[in-house]
Amino acid sequence: KPFVDVLKEGGVLPGIKVDKGTVELNGTNGETFTQGLDGLAQRCQKYYEAGARFAKWRAVLKISANEPTELAIQENANGLAMYAAICQQCGLVPIVEPEILVDGSHDIQKCAAVTERVLAACYKALNDHHVMLEGTLLKPNMVTPGSDSPKVAPEVIAEYTVRALQRTVPAAVPAIVFLSGGQSEEEATLNLNAMNKLQTKKPWSLSFSFGRALQQSTLKTWAGKEENVKKAQDALLVRCKANSEATLGTYKGDAELCEGAAESLHVKDYKY
Amino acid sequence: DELAKNAAYIGTPGKGILAADESTGTIGKRLASINVENVEENRRALRELLFTAPGALQFISGVIFFEETLYQKTASGKLFVDVLKESGVLPGIKVDTGTVVLNGTNDETFTQGLDGLAQRCQKYYEAGARFAKWRAVLKIGTIEPTELAIQENANGLAMYSAICQQCGLVPIVEPEILVDGPHDINKCAAVTERVLAACYKALNDHHVMLEGTLLKPNMVTPGSDSPKVAPEVIAEHTVRALQRTVPPAVPAVVFLSGGQSEEEATINLNAMNKLKTKKPWSLSFSFGRALQQSTLKAWGGKAENLAKAQEAFLVRCKANSEATLGTYKGDAKLGEGAAESLHVKDYKY
Repeated sequence: KPFVDVLKEGGVLPGIKVDKGTVELNGTNGETFTQGLDGLAQRCQKYYEAGARFAKWRAVLKISANEPTELAIQENANGLAMYAAICQQCGLVPIVEPEILVDGSHDIQKCAAVTERVLAACYKALNDHHVMLEGTLLKPNMVTPGSDSPKVAPEVIAEYTVRALQRTVPAAVPAIVFLSGGQSEEEATLNLNAMNKLQTKKPWSLSFSFGRALQQSTLKTWAGKEENVKKAQDALLVRCKANSEATLGTYKGDAELCEGAAESLHVKDYKY
Repeated sequence: DELAKNAAYIGTPGKGILAADESTGTIGKRLASINVENVEENRRALRELLFTAPGALQFISGVIFFEETLYQKTASGKLFVDVLKESGVLPGIKVDTGTVVLNGTNDETFTQGLDGLAQRCQKYYEAGARFAKWRAVLKIGTIEPTELAIQENANGLAMYSAICQQCGLVPIVEPEILVDGPHDINKCAAVTERVLAACYKALNDHHVMLEGTLLKPNMVTPGSDSPKVAPEVIAEHTVRALQRTVPPAVPAVVFLSGGQSEEEATINLNAMNKLKTKKPWSLSFSFGRALQQSTLKAWGGKAENLAKAQEAFLVRCKANSEATLGTYKGDAKLGEGAAESLHVKDYKY
């Protein structure tokens, strides 16, 4: 049975990654832009026929002494907007993902300032390209200190993150689905939960779009062995349920922590 | 933070702004329409009429002054700003110095007033002002508004806003798209969304703190030469345009009335507040003509009409207060002129 049918039967929408990775921007200090526009419309039509109903395109920016530069922000925002417009023409909801890498020694204020600048550029570009915001999703980084900086409480992350979104994301956007960056499974869940507990203006729902942060302990439990399937699926269920509660602000932090759930998943300068 | 506190207060549900910042030339036209001479005493008397109207100020969170008025007093010698303060109303000040034609365009304009703005703002703050206003103007034509006009006006608004905040004044960001023209409501919506998106990008570029600003936009309506539509349609298109462009951090949106009659403006605002949809900013009014028209007519410049005029003013204040709550029943006692269109083609303030 095709996986898309398995999902359909479970009321789950299939989505598709459509970008083709990052390439260095000429004249910058390792900044990148994302490729994948060539023939994108035809590919999207094909994916729609196969059952896909949304798409994803990951733009990457970094924080450093001079970064992100205006060039990197503009190119990545423009690429996201071009991709988003093409997707909508093909019936796919575009996830707009402007990931600002957590790498670095900067503090949370710096991350907040850069995130706000990047998101403002993205929504200007989306408006320029006539993208209908009601039919998009945003997949941003949470606002946190850099990986080489001391950690802060989830409530602090929640406050800075939601404030950054309030300052830049129009209410027409229905939902924000955070990436987990290099956070551990438990960290990501606790931070998301803290955001949903915050009493403040939140005209978009706050949810998750996790890869590593949903699969880490599942992977370790499975270890590629047939006999571990059930145990591994139990581990996945634990994280799914925990994150579901986090979207409601009701997570009590009591999910059975499997091996690796509290393990940081940060890899410096992570390349997908 | 004082800026955020004042901005939020102005957007208090049940309250709105009285725009009494008509320049000397503009107020002259209003006075002329009721055969009153445009001298300082008459300008002062009109404003005193408004600010001392019994029961009216409870529905007003802020009043925008023209510079002359900021220093004027009641007949008994009390400063207008103190009259307002005592009733919990914040004084505001118009700080732009009018529009100038943009070179190479078909009569598109930009707004002046940046020179020495910081010093002027400091002075106004000392005189009691806590918010400011700057009116940018755009028009819809075959090719208008052009990218140049949008950029220049958005940039001017952002520069002004940043300076205001540095001086403790909450900036009202006013990008008025004139209602003049035969275009339909969809065209107005598209232009409004484009203009507002440019404004918020510029505000972000200039590091303006949105929590300490207000937005004063036009409602989204058909052009003045186009058939009218129902208030619900105006409400839908307007709120949708705001949802698509105005970040939730902005505490309140205070609409300008453009050329709408008093009653039209109130009913449209009411329809917006009745709409069941995402509205993370309060929706209120910053009306000039649409709050004063029937009051002016009732007054006619005559002292014996004072009470009648103040009653007429109270009627509009109360009606608009209800409109911010979505509870206006359309039953306000219509003073003479309340249903009269206030549209003047290519209106120059």
